[in-house]
Amino acid sequence: MENIAWMAWTLPTAIFFGLLACTLAVMTWLAIAYPEAERVGVLRIPTTRGDRLFISLIMAAVIHLVWIGVVGTDTLATIPLGEESIDLSSLWLATVISLVSAVAIFRRV
Amino acid sequence: MDRTVNQKAWFLVLPVFLVVAFSAVLPLMTVVNYSMQDTFGNNQFFWNGVGWFKELLDPSTDLGGRFFASLWRNLFFSAVILAIEVPLGIVVALSMPRRGWSVAACLVIMALPLLIPWNVVGTIWQIFGRPDIGLLGYVLHKIGLNYNYVSNDLDAWATVIVMDVWHWTSLVALLCYAGLKSIPDAYYQAAQIDGASRWAVFKAIQLPKMNRVLLIAVLLRFMDSFMIYTEPFVVTGGGPGNSTTFVSIELVKIALGQFDLGKAAALSLVYNLIIIIVCWVFYTVMTNAGAERQPSKGVA
Repeated sequence: MENIAWMAWTLPTAIFFGLLACTLAVMTWLAIAYPEAERVGVLRIPTTRGDRLFISLIMAAVIHLVWIGVVGTDTLATIPLGEESIDLSSLWLATVISLVSAVAIFRRV
Repeated sequence: MDRTVNQKAWFLVLPVFLVVAFSAVLPLMTVVNYSMQDTFGNNQFFWNGVGWFKELLDPSTDLGGRFFASLWRNLFFSAVILAIEVPLGIVVALSMPRRGWSVAACLVIMALPLLIPWNVVGTIWQIFGRPDIGLLGYVLHKIGLNYNYVSNDLDAWATVIVMDVWHWTSLVALLCYAGLKSIPDAYYQAAQIDGASRWAVFKAIQLPKMNRVLLIAVLLRFMDSFMIYTEPFVVTGGGPGNSTTFVSIELVKIALGQFDLGKAAALSLVYNLIIIIVCWVFYTVMTNAGAERQPSKGVA
């Protein structure tokens, strides 16, 4: 662990990149198991699953940044956990919106 | 559109992917990690969540104010140089000779500025504009203009813009020239028979044929000017004050000048996101503009 101390890993960022790696692994498996054809959606451009994932990820980043800039990150609710408690930031709503938009993008674009 | 896409060929890219992983992906992951933390050096980090992003996207804070100011400045700079370089490049390409020995001479002269390294271009213009030993600065002073890029905002901007135009207009011109060269003579002959004016020839034949190279030129020039660092840094150092501090100069100031790794990481991620989005839009437009024309190409 000493060798990668400069990378300054934290649990949340590790989980984030872990999920990203899982997504890419699943997409790779999908591409091998179920080869696909390009299709033209609402954007009038031919897209593959990979393109749609890319658009979804970029959208998610934009949605989160806009949320931070416009709405902010006030605490939405507090979940009591014994003596401690976890504050639930309103940023999670942006995550929910991102997931919904990802579903929409995968179906419509 | 019933063509099946075989993605297995991507495995051939695996060696490159490994190299890129070390040179780009791991550093980028580190930047993401830094953007969530604060550090005072010595590899000690403190969790800050999305705090830096909050500051960055709020123009009333110091970080946000600097980010948005440099972003608008940079977009304005890109708009100005595109508005000058693209029409100028087209005009230069149109007036370049089509055949004969002068073609080679012209191409070499046009390519010269493109071969000069960025910091050398900066140094050339820095000296060129000095009133004591620079030709431009000296002449302007003799004429009676109080030109000084070190203390006057407008002069600094003019210098940086003229320098970029000097450095990169030939790229646009060469790309347009390549587009013009691909037009068969028959088009011009047909236009002549129809008695088309010079303007009509340009609008109906030359401009549509240059469409694609122009798109590439605009993309290249936009990205380059949006990421510009060395030239203005060498000439003006981002000054006077902050008047020519573009996003990348601001980024380096924060990251290396102040050693605020967290703030700099957040800024660079947003900067990167803007560049990725613009690239993707341009790339999509470019590839699809070509795809739509494909069927008609068979007829022509």
